[in-house]
Formats: sequence, structure tokens, C-alpha cells
Amino acid sequence: MSTTLSASTLLAVPLAPLVGAALAGILGTTFGGNVIGRRTSHTLTILGVLIAFILSAMTLKSVAVDGARFNETIYEWMVIGGMKMEIGFMVDGLTAMMMCVVTFVSLMVHIYTIGYMEEDAGYNRFFAYISLFTFSMLMLVMSNNLLQLFFGWEAVGLVSYLLIGFWFNKPTAIFANMKAFLVNRVGDFGFILGIGLIVAYTGTLNYTEVFAKAPELGQLGFPGTDWLLITVICICLFIGAMGKSAQFPLHVWLPDSMEGPTPISALIHAATMVTAGIFMVARMSPLFELSDTALNFIMVIGAITALFMGFLGIIQNDIKRVVAYSTLSQLGYMTVALGASAYSVAVFHLMTHAFFKALLFLAAGSVIIGMHHNQDIRWMGGVRKYMPITWITSLLGTLALIGTPLFAGFYSKDSIIEAVHFSNLPASGFAYFAVLAGVFVTAFYSFRLYFLVFHGKERYDQNPDADHDDHHADAHGHHDDHGHHDAHKPHETPWVVTVPLLLLAIPSVVIGFMTIQPMLFGEFLKDAIHINLELHPAMEKFAEEFHGPLAMALHAFSTAPFYLALGGAVTAWYMYMVNPAVPAAIGRTFKPIVTLLENKYYMDWFNENVLARGARMLGTGLWKGGDQGVIETGVVNASWKLVGGVSAVVRRMQTGYLYHYALMMIVGILLFMTYFVWLAK
Amino acid sequence: MSLTLGHFLSVGAILFALSVIGIFLNRKNLIVLLMAIELMLLAVNMNFVAFSHFLGDMHGQVFVFFILTVAAAESAIGLAILVLLFRAKSSIGVEELNTLKG
Repeated sequence: MSTTLSASTLLAVPLAPLVGAALAGILGTTFGGNVIGRRTSHTLTILGVLIAFILSAMTLKSVAVDGARFNETIYEWMVIGGMKMEIGFMVDGLTAMMMCVVTFVSLMVHIYTIGYMEEDAGYNRFFAYISLFTFSMLMLVMSNNLLQLFFGWEAVGLVSYLLIGFWFNKPTAIFANMKAFLVNRVGDFGFILGIGLIVAYTGTLNYTEVFAKAPELGQLGFPGTDWLLITVICICLFIGAMGKSAQFPLHVWLPDSMEGPTPISALIHAATMVTAGIFMVARMSPLFELSDTALNFIMVIGAITALFMGFLGIIQNDIKRVVAYSTLSQLGYMTVALGASAYSVAVFHLMTHAFFKALLFLAAGSVIIGMHHNQDIRWMGGVRKYMPITWITSLLGTLALIGTPLFAGFYSKDSIIEAVHFSNLPASGFAYFAVLAGVFVTAFYSFRLYFLVFHGKERYDQNPDADHDDHHADAHGHHDDHGHHDAHKPHETPWVVTVPLLLLAIPSVVIGFMTIQPMLFGEFLKDAIHINLELHPAMEKFAEEFHGPLAMALHAFSTAPFYLALGGAVTAWYMYMVNPAVPAAIGRTFKPIVTLLENKYYMDWFNENVLARGARMLGTGLWKGGDQGVIETGVVNASWKLVGGVSAVVRRMQTGYLYHYALMMIVGILLFMTYFVWLAK
Repeated sequence: MSLTLGHFLSVGAILFALSVIGIFLNRKNLIVLLMAIELMLLAVNMNFVAFSHFLGDMHGQVFVFFILTVAAAESAIGLAILVLLFRAKSSIGVEELNTLKG
């Protein structure tokens, strides 16, 4: 292969999944007449993603090994005044890494879906959606301008909406996808304001041109206030990231998005789409570096998300929701790293998290298949015996998540903690506490989930909801040969499910060890990420401390995070394996806290009762007062009433009697005569 | 005492006033109304003749003939309408003819 990157190769990366999506989506559904069957449509879409993955891997190789870079406009869409709207690709270390993560996880999820969605009527539609998602995400990460970034941003949001509501007969799913869409609109509004401000002050959408003008942008003030313009821009952009990456207080949509099928929870709501916000902030690092206020804001938001969303994971009973809250918490970690100007660390955690969280989600999905679509961990237990591959891969994923030394999650998470430790921003004190406490919480809820699902007593037959399971019961209707008495027994899933688990387990274990050196301290991300080392020396200090991945792992045994994680795991083991009465007792003692957590800090209550009800009240007020009061009563009705009222008086003069008319005529004549004879002389 | 223009104009004015009062006060019969209109025209004729005589201009008397012709035609039409009205409403009482009431 050539050492330089060609435009046509790069173009093929997003277009291959798009073609797959179009074929499966048009020909494989009733829309195009069901021309192609299930086998053809999954073959086509997997082929498309496979091509994209191979080309991405080749791109990564030439970027990492040969140092190739690409930044060109492929197509000029339109020119308005001096502003060009273009489609172009910018490939550097950041993009190449994201391309590989997206296509690899997507490929795994495509294969996995064959097993997971086997009995679903919307099989072809599902493949079309996830391929379309892959296309959108690739457009987002490969973009070289803000417009294309925004296009990808909205397109992934659309596919996320479609997939959360994939089972459109389920009212909860429809509610969840509406919620996701609305919450994301709030974020996107901030994002488009940020883009608008950039365009207004620089006149260009192209990254390179915007970054070239960044220093002068940093000097300007926001009109009418004494804020810095760059602070407003960065906070607006970050609000977009808060929506997409589910940061407090715009996180509410992510747990509900678990209503969608598990493969997309893994692909979209854990590994790739939700990290788009992190990616965007890292990409915009030359702008964010100029505003300490924005960085502090980011760090505080991230720290709140990292710690408080972790707490929520502790009390959840739905296997997917536990993993979802864990995702929120990990996204919080990434955001904290962004705030500490450790963009490369955030991106590094993004990558390792994509692997081990996709693994955990797919493993959760595998457990769900094995448990006949029961998702409640209170009715699981002892699954280890029946599903050995799922068990071992889950264990690896969990160890990676809690930051066991040498595993992928360890390197990225400890790097975040170190970076925050070295950060000199005012918010870093709070953030450091939050990420440290978060380690314990993460370990606790992860092992709680692990022990409840894979160890302990088998509790399959105690599920009160098992026999009237709405939608999935029908899907499993033909599994009559299982017999009723052992219908709840789990079974290991087919190879299409377990192979992706195994393939994801490998990077979950080794990727951190292999890539920490080039990604954090090497040349790989140097030109993609700009850090003002004089003002934000965290990464520099961290680099001085770093003596190779092995040394870092050994050093971990003498640091707090390791013992916090160990403590969390041991506590979970004690509370859920040794003495199961303890959690109940704690729950009774700290009743108010448990209630607070069960209600998710009343965020949903607040949104529904204050924001939604406020909006409805505003709408009712405008409808009743503005429309009905002013327009209808005041303008429309008042005009006819005025005419009617005047007429009611005037018409009394029309008596119909001839002599009255005659009198009026005479009176008129007299008046005219008076006027002409005496007054108009 | 000799008759002056003023006397004649006074007679004309009295006739006109009588006819106007006839129109207002008459609540009974549409025929009386038509008669009052005739009287009004005669009052005008009286003025024309008087001015014609005292100013020595024959045009006034020519006009009177025209007015009498028109008055005759108008009476004919008026009476014809009256007959039709009676057929339609079985009444020619002015009090009852208030179809134009608003």
C-alpha cells in the first residue's frame, strides 16, 4: 500500500456502510418490496462495514507508522458570500484512531446482531440502521469542517432516535426515543450557537482556518458583556457535547435509551456515539485551551457526572441500566480529563472504554438471550456454569472497567486521575476527589452486577414477571421444546454472539498496555491536539512521572486508586456473596438516600414537573391568553361585535314607515337649505 | 290693496306646507299620500306661474305644463302600484306598510 492517503480510499470508508445500509434498508424492507432476504442483507451490511474496517486499519497504519496526514476538501457543496460549505476529510492520529474504533466495534456488533435479533421481524431494518449509523459516525469523525461535523452529529442523533424506538409497539420505547431526541435538541441548540459564533467571527467553517484564527479570537470580548468571546463559544460547544455525551444535567436520556435492542446500546450508547462529544472537544482543543473558565466548567460537570451517576448504578436492577450508568460515569471521567487539558488521555480512555464497554454490553445482551429476555439481575445468579464464554469475557470486561493493573481500563483511568492530580485549575480539587471516589463506586457496582449475575444461587424461577413477558414471549413462542419446568434455565449463546465477545475481550485486556506510550506521550496525537503547556502543565508533569506501561502497572500497587478499586470489589463480594442481608440492612438505615437514588436525584421529576410542565403552562398561557384572549376575543370577535353593536343602534332608525323616511328627507332638505342659504354665503 | 308676488308665494308656501304635513300626519291611507304629493307639485306650479307673471317670462308657464304632465303620469303609476299593493297585502294602510324595517 501507498504511504500517502488518497481521497478515494478515504471516501470509500464512510460510503461502504452507506451502500450496505441503502441496500438492506430499501430492498430488504416492505419499502422496497422485500427483494432481499435476511441472509443477503446481513451479508451486504457486514461486507460494507468490513471494507470500512479494513480501509480504516490501513489508514491507521499509514498514519501511525508512516506519519501520513490528509486534509483536503472533496466536494464543494455551496458558497454563500465568502463562506464555503464543503465536504472534506481530515485524517490525523485522532481521526484514524476513531475510525478504527468505530468500524471495529460496529463490525463486532453487526456480527453479534445476527444472533441477537435472530427472531425479530425488523431484522433487515435493524441492519440498515446500524450501517447507516456507522456511515454517520465516520462522517462525523473524518470531517475537516464544522458543517460536516454537525451533519454527522445530527445523523447519529437521528439513527439513535430510530434505534431506541426500534420496537415501536412498546410505549416505553417511544417515550424513551422522544426523550433522547428532545434532550439532544437542547444540547444541539448550544452546539449550533457555538458553531454560529465561530462562523460569525472567523467567517469560515474549516477546522484549519478556524484554528489559525483562534489566537485573535481569544482576544475578543462578547458584545454587551465583559465575558471573553472564546469562553462563550467553548461553553456553547460543550453544551452540545453535554447533550451527546450525556453529561449532567443532560444525561437523563441515556439510561432510558436502554429500551432499544442491546447491540445498539453497545454500539451507540456506550462505545461510539456518546463519545462524539468527547471527540469534538478534543478536536476543538485549540479553542478550549484559550478559556480557563470553560475548562473549569467542563471539569466540574464531568466530575459531577463521574461520581453521582456511579452511585445510581449501585441500586439499579436492570442489567443494561447498570451498564448504562457505568457508561455515564465513565463519560464523566473522560470529560474531567478534557477539563484538565489532558485531551489525549480523554481520547485514550474513550478508546479503551469503547472496547470494554461494548464488551460488557454485548455480554449483558448475551446473558439476556441466555436468560430468555429476562433483564432483571435479581432473578439471575449462577449463570457462570451455563454460559462459560460469556462469563469469562464479562469478567475480563469488568476487570478492565474497574482499572485492574495491566488491563486497558487501568491505563486510561489512572492516567485521568494522574492528569487531574497535576492539573492547576481551581476545579481540579473537587474533580480529583470525585474521580478517586468514583473508582470505589465503579468497582462496587461492577462487581455487584458480576456477582449477582454469574455467581450465587440460581434464582430463575422466582421471577414474578417471567410468564407474562410481553413482547419477547411471542418471539420465543416456538421454543416449546424447552418444556415449561426448565424454560428459565440459561443456555450458552451461538457462535455469532460469542465470537464478537472474544474479539472484544482481546483489546479490552491489551490495548492500554500497547498504546499508552504512543497515544499519550508519542507523536501520534501531537498534531491533532493542541495544549498550551505554559498555562496547563498537567500533561507535561504527568509525562515526567511516566516510565513505561509496566512500571506504571507496578507502581499502581502503592497508590490509592488500586486499593479503592480492590475495596469496592471486596465490599461487593462481601455484601452480595457472603452476607446478602447487609445491603437490605443498609437500605433500611439510609432510607432517604436510597429513595433519592431510586428517583435518580429527582432529575426526571424535575424535568417532567418543572421544565415540561412549565413549557406546557407557557403554551397554555399563550394559547388561552395570547391566542384566545387577544387574537380571538380582542381582534376577531371584537371587530364583528363592534360592527354588530353599531348596527343594532343604527338599524332602529329604519322603522319601515314611509312617513318617517319622508320626515327625514324634509329634515335633510332643511338642513342643506340652512347650510346653503345662511352658512355658505 | 293689490295682489303682489308675495301673496302668491305665500299661497304656494302654505300649499307646500299643507302637503308636507299631509305626508307626515297621514297614518291611514296611501291615496291621501299620493294626493299630498300632487298638492306639493301644485304648490311648485303656483310659484312658477307667479314668477312667470310678475317677471314677464313665459318659460315658467311652459314648465308648469311639463310638471302637470309628469304629475299625471306619476299619479297613474302611483295608483297602479297602489292597486297591486292592495292585491298583495289586502290593505293600503300606511301604518301596516313597514316591510323595510331594519
